[in-house]
Amino acid sequence: MEILIQQLINGIALGSIYALIALGYTMVYGIIQLINFAHGDIYMVGAFVAFFLISIFHLPFFAALIIAMLACSLLGVIIERVAYKPLRNQNRLTALITAIGVSFFLEYTMMYFVKPDPRAFPASFKLHNITIGNVVISSKDILILIISFTLMLILTYIVNRTKTGKSMRAVSFDKDAAQLMGIDVNKTISATFAIGSSLAAAAGVLVGMYYGQIDPLMGIMPGLKAFIAAVIGGIGIIPGAAFGGLILGVTEALVSGAGYSMLRDAVAFVVLILILIIKPTGILGKNIREKV
Amino acid sequence: MKLSKKIVFLMVMALVVALAAACGAQPADEQSGDQSGDENTAVESVKIGLNYELSGAVATYGGNTVKGIEMAAKEINESGGVLGGAKIELIKYDNKSDAAEATNVQTKLITVDGVVASIGPATSTNTLAAIPVSMDNQVPLLTPSGTADMVTVDEATGKAKEYAFRLCFYDSFQGSVGANFIFNSLQLKKAAVYVDTNSDYSKAIGEVFKKTFTELGGEIVAEENYVNTDQDFKPTLTRIKSANPEVIYLPGYYNNVGLIVKQAREMGITVPFVGADGYDSPDLVKLGGAENLNNVFFTNHYSSQDTDPNVQKFVEAFKAANGDEPDAFAALGYDAMYLMADAINRAGKADPEAIKDALAATQDFAGVTGTLSMDENHNPVKAVVILELKDGVQTFRDKILP
Repeated sequence: MEILIQQLINGIALGSIYALIALGYTMVYGIIQLINFAHGDIYMVGAFVAFFLISIFHLPFFAALIIAMLACSLLGVIIERVAYKPLRNQNRLTALITAIGVSFFLEYTMMYFVKPDPRAFPASFKLHNITIGNVVISSKDILILIISFTLMLILTYIVNRTKTGKSMRAVSFDKDAAQLMGIDVNKTISATFAIGSSLAAAAGVLVGMYYGQIDPLMGIMPGLKAFIAAVIGGIGIIPGAAFGGLILGVTEALVSGAGYSMLRDAVAFVVLILILIIKPTGILGKNIREKV
Repeated sequence: MKLSKKIVFLMVMALVVALAAACGAQPADEQSGDQSGDENTAVESVKIGLNYELSGAVATYGGNTVKGIEMAAKEINESGGVLGGAKIELIKYDNKSDAAEATNVQTKLITVDGVVASIGPATSTNTLAAIPVSMDNQVPLLTPSGTADMVTVDEATGKAKEYAFRLCFYDSFQGSVGANFIFNSLQLKKAAVYVDTNSDYSKAIGEVFKKTFTELGGEIVAEENYVNTDQDFKPTLTRIKSANPEVIYLPGYYNNVGLIVKQAREMGITVPFVGADGYDSPDLVKLGGAENLNNVFFTNHYSSQDTDPNVQKFVEAFKAANGDEPDAFAALGYDAMYLMADAINRAGKADPEAIKDALAATQDFAGVTGTLSMDENHNPVKAVVILELKDGVQTFRDKILP
């Protein structure tokens, strides 16, 4: 029982990271129906920005987190403007392939500048462990949960209560109609990329802090996993992404905990395939026919 | 990405094979012409190829070995070179810690640069990828640190690979020394084994450890695996913890070991970790954190704290040249270069075939990592050192003679 609880804690910490990345995926998909495969690499860039801020400029962790989020939201907006906007009226496959191109571009540009060697992310906190019986909860687990849930609450607030959020929902519902109502579609899409990318950056910084090691290809696997998480919850649906992330994290922890750590990634992808077969719109998705 | 890499690799290989076929005949003729003509004309330089991990996941292994090799080559050249005056010319390429790239580099060294012998790569996996090229081209390869048993021995036939040599002890030996150390010296009887399934090195040491430890009377209470790209080890460590081992045997490379030990200590796992020479990197402390690296032991090739005068002389010279303490990789690289030069001198000519025979016939070669003789499987017979990490600092614990 204690082991089960411990594994749930491990899974929730990992899952909240997936959730943060998945939110960006799902927001971008919701608004322009693009699976932004470069999203995992923005997460990597975020981790490196924070790494340099902490190790060279000796900024405190939270300052580095916020600057990394700002830097990556800028990067997200630039990527959208340069790579995706010119293709907005092309078919979706073109944009998807461009996204994969952007992903490789970010990975290998970073590799050129920072070298492919793994780096140690500076430890910014003194670690405290809370032990209940045999269950150990570290201050890192708690920090990851607090930061990711705070960010999710802020996101919910932005989407549901602000004007930007309202226009985001409108654009995702019907781009042309939104434009006719006087909503600046370009600005709204930029805002979506900015917010999504900053969440990915936050996830990257948290992972750096949590595991203590970063490298230029660290975004590939979490990027794919977050994509799965977004599909599990229902791509395009914001609470679905958070939900899917947690489910995936816990599933992985339980699979490893049962002694099948070698099958962990396989199970994640099997879950994706099952969801696509049984309920392609995701757990929280509604079965509406696609508008043409 | 994997697929496109493979295709590019195949294309490059095809090109190289075509090139080799096109110009293969000529050099062979020239060579035999040279030998029959003027045998005594002094060769000006002897080309030795270096196939090394200068970037990528295990870059410090390659970088440090090359420092040792280059220092030895400089010393040899300054004191008159080999074969009575020929300079050693090192040709160095980066294999990016990648097996496919190691094959490419080896092909380039032999067919384009025409080296008479090569040193490296550092890891077993990459060495295994380079060896077929050396075997096909009949040019000897000496790895200072490729410890997997099958590096020098063909698994199918059980015979030594003719052109593959190593300077370090092999994995079976590290695994059995580790088991003996835990059982007899630490006096612990319940071990967990945690192995990297992506690495031939880790798997081989783990296997021998399990076998030796159970034979001694110990008990393996948990067997777990990871792959070297993992970052989250907590679920598996939780599982190991619940099996209550007295010690965890973790034969892995520093980049994973740092993270694993760190996560284990954070979870409150305080039992000793024991491993092998893959722990030997300054980056282990950076990745794992000094406060976590206590009660950690590993088998290694040498210790810079060894009081042997030969070792101390080397340590001083290395510090003067590079500013930091030489790790085992630097020491192995240094020895490898001297052994190669020694073999070239004993061969009497810069010819791959003769160098191969001389390497195989090595007897009582005295290096900083110990005195060694090659056995019939091209493995050296030499001592093992056991190091303990205290707050991340390596301290000499024991030396075990063969």
